[in-house]
Amino acid sequence: MSKKREFISGDEAVAIGVKLSRPHVIAAYPITPQTITVERLSEMVERGELNAEYMHVESEHSAISAAMGASAVGARTFTASSSQGLLYMTEGLHYASGGRFPVVMMNANRSVALPWSIYGDQRDSLSLLDSGWIQVYVEDAQEALDMMIQAFRIAEHPDVLTPMMVNLDGFILTHTYEIVEIPEQSQVDAFLPPFQTPNKMCFNNPKNMGFSSQPNDNTEFKYQQNLAVLNAVKVLEQADTDFATMFGRKYNGMVDEYQSADAEVLLVTLGSVTGTVRDVVDEMRAEGHKVGVIKIRYMRPFPEEQLQSLTAKAKAIGVLEKDISFGYEGTVYTNVNSALAKVGNTVPKLNFVGGLGGRDISKADIRNMFLKLQRVAAGEAYKTVDFFNLNVETNE
Amino acid sequence: MSSANTLTRITPKNITDQEFFYGHKACAGCGGSLAVRLALKVLGERTYAAFPAGCMAAVGFIYPQMAFTNNAIITTFPGVASMASGIAVGAKALGIQNFKTVAFAGDGGTADIGLQALSGMIDRGDDVLYICYDNEAYMNTGIQKSGLTPFGTQTTTTPAGKNIHGSKTQKKNLFEIIAAHDIPYAATASIGYPQDYIDKVQKAAQVKGPAFIHVYASCPTGWGTPTETSVEIAKEAVDCGLFFLAEYENGDYRLTRNPKQFASVADYLKKQGRFKHLSDADIASIEAHRDHKWERMRRMWNHQ
Repeated sequence: MSKKREFISGDEAVAIGVKLSRPHVIAAYPITPQTITVERLSEMVERGELNAEYMHVESEHSAISAAMGASAVGARTFTASSSQGLLYMTEGLHYASGGRFPVVMMNANRSVALPWSIYGDQRDSLSLLDSGWIQVYVEDAQEALDMMIQAFRIAEHPDVLTPMMVNLDGFILTHTYEIVEIPEQSQVDAFLPPFQTPNKMCFNNPKNMGFSSQPNDNTEFKYQQNLAVLNAVKVLEQADTDFATMFGRKYNGMVDEYQSADAEVLLVTLGSVTGTVRDVVDEMRAEGHKVGVIKIRYMRPFPEEQLQSLTAKAKAIGVLEKDISFGYEGTVYTNVNSALAKVGNTVPKLNFVGGLGGRDISKADIRNMFLKLQRVAAGEAYKTVDFFNLNVETNE
Repeated sequence: MSSANTLTRITPKNITDQEFFYGHKACAGCGGSLAVRLALKVLGERTYAAFPAGCMAAVGFIYPQMAFTNNAIITTFPGVASMASGIAVGAKALGIQNFKTVAFAGDGGTADIGLQALSGMIDRGDDVLYICYDNEAYMNTGIQKSGLTPFGTQTTTTPAGKNIHGSKTQKKNLFEIIAAHDIPYAATASIGYPQDYIDKVQKAAQVKGPAFIHVYASCPTGWGTPTETSVEIAKEAVDCGLFFLAEYENGDYRLTRNPKQFASVADYLKKQGRFKHLSDADIASIEAHRDHKWERMRRMWNHQ
């Protein structure tokens, strides 16, 4: 049987991945650059390809609230958002993870106002790392489609029961067209069985949910919630392995890497920029530079051990991210640095901050990062945080 | 409504002895919990009930002591209508049949922070009965002014001092805000007229789609009234004309109680600590506002 391929955008790939996952309820509010996903889903419902209830909610807050309500009676639920909308959901994000409602969300990574910008960076979702959601970041449209299917399986696993956010870079992925292989429905059904949970309201065994706790038991709930996200490590790795067996595509679980084994300097990346970095690695390798890249896929749970071992031989490490925690450093950097500090990795670690509000990160930018890392590895003085490509003069 | 005619009317004589909201820690004389208890008796055990953060959530769901024998859930404060929508839609998508979804929220949870989600729920036509128990302030957080706090009320954020004489604003016109959505059924009620309330809950439960009841529910703690007078004071509010009993159905408003003569507003107000400071001029102003509202309702709406 020949494989079915389509030329589609990242948003459309998400919609197809969601459709193949057979959700019962979709509740979403439109926001650029997520809109194509929810438009396609509504068309699928209209055509009868997708047997789901599509809820036209009046806000993102209601989108996550309705999704939780549907999840609370045992329905498989999907929502999608971006940027301001994601932030408007914030109360519900914490609520969903605390309530252990395995809602799956697509987030189109977009800058956060002010200033207003519809273009991409990762400050929206990274500012919500503590909301208790599993967070994965994809590199291309194929991975976006595949991760929607995996996300339902991971989130709904009885050892996990935690909502999951699939992040894809706004415009760079959401609106870029690529050839994407479309999985067979029968294979998806075999990979992703129907949602079953004891954690629901039903008439045979009525439940009171979303309850309050007192100081003498709240910590125990939070301990279990933390355990659930840690449990996701094994579950997501198994999902990755099983997915590879079924569909022939493997994403290597928590992190992926390229040419890292003997690399003297490494860039750590998140999301779509990884593809450009791979190209630069190829070019620089051809010139004899020992450079490599580590792609973080999951920010929660965090690939601590993988990063510790993959970076063990590098002489300098750069974290490239579309994020800044004002007054300190990028959040990805903080997480990476914490992991490496635990094993006493004291090589220079730089934080390249850029791509904010949709600015392109070019191959030349990335080459400069590698070259700088080489100079720093050789002893050149450095500042940790580097806002590369600033269009203004600084006094630094 | 024709389907309602075939139902057996629920009265004090035949109402179920089964309790769905039991063992909670609401204050003595709580009007809101009475509104919830009576409604759940009417709706029965195949009911999903949703409550935002607020008094009923605070008194009914203290782990591990759950006070509801039916399915019930606390929602976010602004999200009771949207979560109830999700419950109703999710259960429908799963093929579950013969059930009702009800949302209960206070005046702040409905007329202020929850209004947007409620508007969306009605707009979508989701099959949810929404009951607002109105005790005229944010009671759970300690008696702060809400959008349904009436003029002159002393609350902990509208002190009755020389400069600010209690709440400076009138109650939002919640009933007509909801009716303006062309909702299939909306009503006002009072726990002081329990049979009328039960009838309206029974009628609203038959609606396939959104329905809304605004029930006046006293709060002895917030109002400064004796706990044993909760039902009485909620009746007096109707009798003096400061609250009204009405329905909106098929596009028409109808007064379901149209007193020939109002009881004394001053008597009603002076029984409550929250109104003790009001001057004669304040009371005259409250009466004038009442008369204006009733003149309009009687002119515009159906009544006997």
